[in-house]
Amino acid sequence: MKVSLTLNGKAVLLDAEPSLRLSELLREKAGYCGTKVGCDAGDCGACTVLLDGAAVCACLTPAARVEGRSVQTVEAQSETLTRLRDAFHRHGAAQCGICTPGMLMAAAALLAENPTPTAPEAKEALGGVLCRCTGYTKIIAAVCDTTPSPAIPMPGIGHAVGSATPRLDGAAKLAGDVFGADLWKPDGLVVKAIRSPHAAARFRFGDLAAWAKAHDAQVFTATDIPGRNLFGVIVPYADQPALAENQTRQRGEAVALVAYEDGSTPPDLTDFPVIWEKLHALTSPTEATKPNAPRLHLNRPDNLLIKGHVQRGDPATALADSTHTASADIETSFVEHAYIEPEAGAAWMDGDVLVIRACTQAPIMDRDDTAAILGLPHDRLRIIPSAVGGGFGSKLDVSLQPLIGLVTLKTGRPSRMTYSRAESMSSTTKRHPARMTGRIGCDADGLITGMEFDGTFDTGAYASWGPTVANRVPVHACGPYFTPSYRATARAVHTNNTTAGAFRGFGVPQAAIWQDTVYDRLAEAVGIDRLEFRLKNALRDGQTTVTGQAVNAAGIADCLIALRPHWQRALAQAQTLPNRGVGIASCWYGCGNTGMPNPSTIRLGITPQAVLTLHQGATDIGQGSNTVIAQITADALGLPLAQIQLVGPDTFLTPDGGKTSASRQTYVTGRAAHAAGCTLRADILRRLNMGDGATLILDNTCLTATEGNRRATLDLAEMPTNAQGYALMAEETYDPPTTALDANGQGTPYAVYGYGAQMVELEVDPQLGTVKLYKITAAHDLGRTINPLLATGQIEGGIAQGIGLALMEEFIPGRTENLHDYLIPTTGDVPEIESILIEIADPHGPYGAKGLGEHVLIPTAPAILNAIRHATGAEITRLPALPHRILAAMKKAKP
Amino acid sequence: MPIYLRPSTLNDALSQLRAGSYRLLAGGTDIYPATQRADLAEDIIDLTSLSELCGIHNMPDGIRIGACTPWSMIARAKLPPALCALQQAAAEVGGKQIQNAGTIGGNLCNASPAADGVPPLLVLDAQVELARAGRIRKLPLADFLLGPRQTALARDEVMTAILLPGSALTGHSRFLKLGARAYLVISIAMVAVRLTTEHGRITSAALAIGACSATAQRLPLAESALIGAALFGAAELVTAEIVAPYLSPLDDIRASADYRAEAAVELLRRAISQTGRDRV
Repeated sequence: MKVSLTLNGKAVLLDAEPSLRLSELLREKAGYCGTKVGCDAGDCGACTVLLDGAAVCACLTPAARVEGRSVQTVEAQSETLTRLRDAFHRHGAAQCGICTPGMLMAAAALLAENPTPTAPEAKEALGGVLCRCTGYTKIIAAVCDTTPSPAIPMPGIGHAVGSATPRLDGAAKLAGDVFGADLWKPDGLVVKAIRSPHAAARFRFGDLAAWAKAHDAQVFTATDIPGRNLFGVIVPYADQPALAENQTRQRGEAVALVAYEDGSTPPDLTDFPVIWEKLHALTSPTEATKPNAPRLHLNRPDNLLIKGHVQRGDPATALADSTHTASADIETSFVEHAYIEPEAGAAWMDGDVLVIRACTQAPIMDRDDTAAILGLPHDRLRIIPSAVGGGFGSKLDVSLQPLIGLVTLKTGRPSRMTYSRAESMSSTTKRHPARMTGRIGCDADGLITGMEFDGTFDTGAYASWGPTVANRVPVHACGPYFTPSYRATARAVHTNNTTAGAFRGFGVPQAAIWQDTVYDRLAEAVGIDRLEFRLKNALRDGQTTVTGQAVNAAGIADCLIALRPHWQRALAQAQTLPNRGVGIASCWYGCGNTGMPNPSTIRLGITPQAVLTLHQGATDIGQGSNTVIAQITADALGLPLAQIQLVGPDTFLTPDGGKTSASRQTYVTGRAAHAAGCTLRADILRRLNMGDGATLILDNTCLTATEGNRRATLDLAEMPTNAQGYALMAEETYDPPTTALDANGQGTPYAVYGYGAQMVELEVDPQLGTVKLYKITAAHDLGRTINPLLATGQIEGGIAQGIGLALMEEFIPGRTENLHDYLIPTTGDVPEIESILIEIADPHGPYGAKGLGEHVLIPTAPAILNAIRHATGAEITRLPALPHRILAAMKKAKP
Repeated sequence: MPIYLRPSTLNDALSQLRAGSYRLLAGGTDIYPATQRADLAEDIIDLTSLSELCGIHNMPDGIRIGACTPWSMIARAKLPPALCALQQAAAEVGGKQIQNAGTIGGNLCNASPAADGVPPLLVLDAQVELARAGRIRKLPLADFLLGPRQTALARDEVMTAILLPGSALTGHSRFLKLGARAYLVISIAMVAVRLTTEHGRITSAALAIGACSATAQRLPLAESALIGAALFGAAELVTAEIVAPYLSPLDDIRASADYRAEAAVELLRRAISQTGRDRV
């Protein structure tokens, strides 16, 4: 039918099936891709548009229903939207930007009725839009503060570091950024995957050619793969086929691809000729490690992927000699990343180069894995990361890159693919479920004497980041506390569950839940205040970690001391109010790879036209590296931040910035940026024969240095250019100075650690077991705050994920592959958050900066559990702490 | 290509429905999530152009709510206190986006055991009006809901309205919903309570629980126990013994069966106490 509507004030006539989702009408027929699709089920609100002024989910609205009506999308220009965009920018309310269009439209509907909403009103109005990055705090603040304000001026020379500069890529986020699903070449193919409905199965195909012919489609299987049909983020463990060959080891594993003409009716995939033979699936590590359990991978006996181990001293004796010991057995669940952007991307040929533009956290790793699968040399494969609508670890692994790459390479035609929410949830990695046990001991004064920890992590069908989790956990399981005798083991065990991989913290959040639970029990046994107990044991400079590394710039004591007045106030309050509890927990986290190289390289150039260009290969998945790396560069170089033009990431345009994971970008890429800035500055000053105190000005085509009454100028236009087209250029690499761990896990796994502590104030309903969070106070030592607006945004967002981990998130393969059965926090679930930024400068970090991105999630869940225990006596041993589990634990505590 | 009809009168809709096999589409908030497709594969009659199916009207014998009235309209309407529970439920169905699209009739026809609309309507003795070409019938809501995803709606019928009899429009009501997060949540359990009182004593009581049985249930034993009781303290008269016979809660991903049963009783007590505070 022809649908005529007023779209953002303009009359348009579109041709569409009457029942076509409005989201599809807008994106595919009208070409307005600002409206994002996160679930196609009304669960996430990302597609919120205004229909005659009312907020609706475009994914649930038939095209026929907008006939004759007015539709407003994020592309609309209205006074309300302008004010909202300014407020969002100023407050740092957009991180990755995928929920931003939905948030803006829901907020516009609110402001039309209520121009000055209160925070509770804003939370209610935005309760239907999910955000996974921000923790909502800055979004709600922005919606309540839309009075036009003057733009925040860009920092001057030498003042970029430390300034609360709004994101440099903020305007794009607020316009409806261009994510993986939002850009493709016309007249190509649409790709869909055929996936395993079983956790373990053998399969064979029927007559594929006949099916393809009958459905006007092309079919691709493992036999079409020209290279090595195997990928994996850690090369020696690569074990995952891009397309399964004759057996599948988890639900959602792809076995074939169907490609059809873009714009044509999608073929019905329900009669695709694949014959499944369902096999017995191993659904828990207990089952997978039984003597007769089938092996998922023939080279891995007992289905053991890897065992990580750290040992120092003689913990058995230390524990036997301890005045007090406490133990815990804790079990956690699979946790889904639940970024609002399902995996999406497009591929095309540019000459004989295959170009893949998709959402990712690790473009170089994508290139390496995809090139191997497709049998391409690296110079024939270009990876361009799209804007990334949240990653949190799962977009480190390739997903659709080899799939669309295969279709385009085989056909020579453009292709595109967008995962459905169910496809994203069933096939991509999760946080490892953990079963953890062990003991910690202390002396009569409360000083920790020793610890034993044993953790089994369900790593699912394929290796992914299982080795990293198994190695990181034993290094971190003691928490940021001096633990003289120590033994910790973490096993990653294969099952036929969904592959578990990287998720913000690589297993450390699970271990912290265990450790901080035991710490509360020990403090109680000794009879010391829980914060003071932690402070007494806090790692101090000069002490050694459990890997034998001398501690430097340890900020944990400072974090705990900063919380002390809040803690004492909250404890006093909790005593006067029923059912109130206060909990505390802490974190430390090494930044970068564990005892392995992970260099970053930054290129910085100035053209003869005086354009200052930063080639920044670190993907900004919302955490802010586009802004933070530029701030560091600007001050190292000594030119204004506003003059920096960003390029990349793009494997053809930017050097390797490494992966966006392990809280490494601000530190590692930041150090490379600092070095590049310093090198370029030194080069300029040398050419001008000026000292380092000189002030630089880049203007027209001249670079002028001034120091006192001396002044010298470089005429850039006169200078020869190098191969990259720059008159001046610097390229620097930084790799953290670490050492590999020995057989007992001894060594220097990380050069820089960040620290933090959080406290939670809550109330537990005594009859229902429900939790109401009142306030979370978070003190984080980030060495040096490069950008307080972005840093507090990380803290608030990490806390929201920690709340989900503690109270509601439980992924069950085949059961919760949507966003209404799998719950993540909404606007109403995140309490007031007070961030305290502690700056104990690290000698390795750029300007002293440490990583922060993962740290912020680690203490939240254990602090919540400790507060629940404080309020009720309930010992939570199985996460998430759903109301029925809390109530059962309360009854057990006080029968 | 599937057929998509968008009639503007009920008569047209009913004759189209008699002539073919169609899926009825109201707000779309249940039908679209059930497909991965970009459009709907079935032949559709879209009911949202039928103005006679939308709106809330005072009638001589009660209140008539058009079946395609969206939740947001119900939440904002000026209605007697007996409908507070319904309005509270309306404000808790999904988020604003769902409330602006989803309809009360759609909620009933979708027949989820956790349908937010059902307990508040049960305590209002709601009837549903079902029309087919040449005939209209009325059914008590409890008789309309046959089980999870099962209703008494015939293939050629359209639910046209929800009828609230005048006799049930007295007193105050309250709705409470329990879930594991603040917004956008499918209930673990929910309750609706409507009480009328004279001189501080309860003269009539209507109680219902949802998400704890195949369809939401009224609780006759508990209702009888409240009649004549002093309002303040009445909550304590509701015990597990007189509620449990009507429940058959499930163990599922959201909660255990035992917890559901226990929480439902607690929610009922709270709803009764809060109704009292609203000055019955």
